[in-house]
Amino acid sequence: MPKGPRVTPEKPKDRKKVLRRLWGYLCRYKGMIIAALFLTFVSNILALIGPTLSGEAIDAIGTKAGEVNFKLVLYYCLLMLIFYILSSVLSYILSILMINLSQKVVFRMREDVFQKLSKLPVSFFDKHQTGDIVSRISYDIDTVNASLSNDLLQIATSIITVVGSLVMMIRISPILVLVFAVTVPASIFFTKYMTKKVRPLFRNRSAKLGELNGYVEEIITGQKTIKAYNREDYFIKKFDVKNKEAVDAYYNADYYGSMTGPSVNFINNMSLAFVSMFGAILFLLSHLSLGALSSFVLYSRKFSGPINEIANIISELQSACAAAERVFRLIDEEPESADAINAVNLTNVTGDVETEHVKFGYVPEKTIIHDLNLHAAPGKLIAIVGPTGAGKTTVINLLMRFYDPDSGEIRLDGLNINNITRKSLRLSYAMVLQDTWLFSGTIFDNIAYGKKGATYDDVIAAAKAAHIHSFISRLPNGYDTFLDGEGTSISQGQKQLMTIARAMLLDAHMLILDEATSNVDTRTELKIQEAMRTLMENKTCFVIAHRLSTIRNADTILVVQNGDIVEQGNHKQLMDKNGVYASLYRSQFQ
Amino acid sequence: MKQIFSQYLRPYIPRMTIGLIIKFIGTIMDLLLPWILSYLIDDVVPKGSMPLILWWGFAMMICAAVALITNILANRMASRVAQLTTKSLRHDLFTKISNLSCRQVDRFTVPSLESRLTTDTYNLHQMIGMMQRLGIRAPILLLGGVCITLALEPALALVLIATMPLLGGLIFYISRKGIPLYTSLQEGIDIMVRTVRENVTGIRVIKALSKSEYECNRFSRVNEDVVRREKKAGITMALTNPIMNLMLNVGLTLVIIVGAFRVNEGLTQPGKILAFLTYFTIILNALMSINRMFMMYSKGSASAKRITEVLNAEDNLSIQQGFSKKQENDYIVFDHVSFSYQKVEDNLTDISFTLKKGETLGIIGATGSGKSTIANLLMRLYDPDSGEIRIGGRNIKTIPFDELHQMFGVVFQGDILFGDTIKENIDFGRRLSLNQISDAAKYAQAQEFIDSLNEGLDYRLTAKATNLSGGQKQRVLIARALAAHPDILILDDSSSALDYRTDAKLRSALREKFKDTTTIVVAQRISSVMQANHILVLDEGCVVGYGTHEELMEN
Repeated sequence: MPKGPRVTPEKPKDRKKVLRRLWGYLCRYKGMIIAALFLTFVSNILALIGPTLSGEAIDAIGTKAGEVNFKLVLYYCLLMLIFYILSSVLSYILSILMINLSQKVVFRMREDVFQKLSKLPVSFFDKHQTGDIVSRISYDIDTVNASLSNDLLQIATSIITVVGSLVMMIRISPILVLVFAVTVPASIFFTKYMTKKVRPLFRNRSAKLGELNGYVEEIITGQKTIKAYNREDYFIKKFDVKNKEAVDAYYNADYYGSMTGPSVNFINNMSLAFVSMFGAILFLLSHLSLGALSSFVLYSRKFSGPINEIANIISELQSACAAAERVFRLIDEEPESADAINAVNLTNVTGDVETEHVKFGYVPEKTIIHDLNLHAAPGKLIAIVGPTGAGKTTVINLLMRFYDPDSGEIRLDGLNINNITRKSLRLSYAMVLQDTWLFSGTIFDNIAYGKKGATYDDVIAAAKAAHIHSFISRLPNGYDTFLDGEGTSISQGQKQLMTIARAMLLDAHMLILDEATSNVDTRTELKIQEAMRTLMENKTCFVIAHRLSTIRNADTILVVQNGDIVEQGNHKQLMDKNGVYASLYRSQFQ
Repeated sequence: MKQIFSQYLRPYIPRMTIGLIIKFIGTIMDLLLPWILSYLIDDVVPKGSMPLILWWGFAMMICAAVALITNILANRMASRVAQLTTKSLRHDLFTKISNLSCRQVDRFTVPSLESRLTTDTYNLHQMIGMMQRLGIRAPILLLGGVCITLALEPALALVLIATMPLLGGLIFYISRKGIPLYTSLQEGIDIMVRTVRENVTGIRVIKALSKSEYECNRFSRVNEDVVRREKKAGITMALTNPIMNLMLNVGLTLVIIVGAFRVNEGLTQPGKILAFLTYFTIILNALMSINRMFMMYSKGSASAKRITEVLNAEDNLSIQQGFSKKQENDYIVFDHVSFSYQKVEDNLTDISFTLKKGETLGIIGATGSGKSTIANLLMRLYDPDSGEIRIGGRNIKTIPFDELHQMFGVVFQGDILFGDTIKENIDFGRRLSLNQISDAAKYAQAQEFIDSLNEGLDYRLTAKATNLSGGQKQRVLIARALAAHPDILILDDSSSALDYRTDAKLRSALREKFKDTTTIVVAQRISSVMQANHILVLDEGCVVGYGTHEELMEN
């Protein structure tokens, strides 16, 4: 994706605090930092001495034929060579040092962020967009990284160069330095003006380009639909508008942006003209030697370089600080509360689940479940039904302690689940969710994911039970087929079957099924139901489904509407009641 | 690349020529400055005339000003050309993509088409601008610099020229080595991002199975890998600057040494050495620019290749002549149709069925059994490999696309809504009346939820309609399909997110209000197709059952 230039240096809210924390990461490597500063200083000073030496050498040449002092010229040239070589070697070592340092810091930061992620409660992930989380660990940390490895050094270098060359120039000719009293303010003023003028234009350019990209993504994905409705021309016209906006924004940014190069060049040229003119006059008046003039010209070039860069560096630093702040904010998120001190590690679960006066809402102001009382004896089947978006997963969230109830109690085998370690509580359930989740790894890894040390035979048995074995063995690499993140080559139904196989492999005592079979065709679904039945023997099951046929033989049915549980009972009881469930059921055969 | 140049840049050749001439003038000015400096020192100063010095100093300022104005002007002209070129190129590419057949889209893949239309055209935009700006400046600075130095002092110029190939070669070598390292770094970052993404989306599974620690270790390995790749790339590329500086400075030193000999023999003056030092910097920068241009060009030409690949894709669905219209009672006829997406294994084998006007066909079968393919073939998104499909007695290959597609209302599996108002999404650019739209919403059982929104039909959907629930999305989509009162309605698994009650209401609305519409319903659940006139049961692309619900139940 094209990235516009960095134009929106968001200002961090508390820069000092952010810098202090960044320093916390850096100061573990104090030795490296001191070495880096030392190297920066030495290599820049070495480079700064160069022009003086070349000036001396030119003076040693003199102006007349036959009067060249070769010994002196060669002496200075040799010194120059040594200095320059040293300076280059040192600056390369410095780069390597800085890369190592910044990579160490970045590695640490990424680890910190990821470890924090693994400790955060599920509610965090429900609230934040995936893209946002991903961009903190990649883009934001990268920004910090770029700033650490470039900007810090650049600042040090700039300061040394500017101060150093200024000192050198004053030493050569204080009067000539006055030239910069004109050009330096000019270039500072100009850069300031340009950033102010150009920044919103570049921001607009990125925004318009982003819009175009978004639009294209939308349209191309919907291309089949557009074709079927024969609306190609209509969408081409709409595209043209976005396209024009994007290229116009690009042009507008360029219109001013393309001034920068020539203008900076102009200011440098003006300095050169002034220095030449006045230098020549001073030379004429014998206030200045030719060699000194030449060193002065070289120093003046060194001097103006960093000044033109100042604006860029400052804006980069600002966005680095803002990025660091976003990263730190994630690291500071409240983790999942610790297990109770005397929490029990459940071992032999019988699967007796009971809820008593459970009250819960995702946000404090909005209670969703008002008063849930339920008893699921071991081996019973609890079905949760209701229209889409009615809040059927809420019950699951509570059972698994992805969320904690606001009041009331949930008990497993007579123990309040708050007094059970989360790990053992969660491991006592096998779970198949609606959104199939497969990670990039082999099919074997994916199915064996929940069971340590699962053998090939275990996995095959589970796959067979989930009716996916024959499909997998038809694949060229069988169980070793590598699934890339999206599992593109595999249909939704097949993915679902694999996650069912994963659940089958667990030694869980309870089962949670969240619309697990909604993407499987009716025939396969029947088979799975059979397999599940045998698997579910002596296990407590919570099933969420649209299909009433699946749950007609449930022991208890929970009917959920608008988040709340409105009816509870078995099929017969609920049909007799002639309420929500009965009308839901009847509509199937209307 | 050639095609892009000849086709899209040709109209701007006059403009570009003027721009280049202006740029040429500006660049010459830049080159004049150091020359004036050396002239000033060697020829003017010895004359001891203050006014003359001031005059030449003034000349330098004039040169600087002319360079400023011409460069800005030329840059702006270049931007204009780049803007206009990109605009028409993007338009053509989008038009072409819109008209690609589904088979071609499958071949290119959607993400790839997207990136061709965005990243690749962006690269070209940048490149066209950059080439005009640097493409003339850098070579002129390089050649001009070499020429002037040769004229000034051939011996010193030779020193300069001698270091150049070495320098150019080194930079070229480093960037050649660096580019694959950066590609590999990007791959590493992709893996890292994927790992994080997986962890975010699978958080419930990971927590349920207590795999957090395992995932942390997995991430550590990925993280280490990224760090390793980044270090390698960084350390390689970090060589560029020190080497360039070293070369530059060694060259300068050599110029002084050789210059000393020349001055001693009375062949040159020290002012020229001074000028040389400046030219050396100019030439070096030009060399850097050329290196950058080279990288830009290779990136741009890769993009150009990807763009022209699409532009030159041939139409593979054409309107055919020579099939005579058949007189037949049936409205839709599939006559021994077979089809394969990959041309390896048949996705549909020998499918035959007929539908009278106003009848309903239900298609059920396992995932991947070819249900959606039948719909795709009927709309001629693909051509069958053998057999014939007729609508109203006409082979669909003979029906012009605009006429053919006008007949349909369709909801695809996983169909999409655009980031626009609900009304626009139903209308879909067909300029339907408000009545037609609100009726359609009513029949699609969407009215109730639309009314509950403050903005009603003007409610703005986000991209991919993430602000609607699955069931709401499907209802809007169905409304779109119904709005123009189509002759043929295709609903491909489009009521899966509807609860039974809504689904049943929808079916009865269809029965009442769309009597003349021939309907094809692809479904997972039997209840959705139970009342269809015909039910087609598919298994691995073959018909394994055909008849009414009752007939099929008897088997």
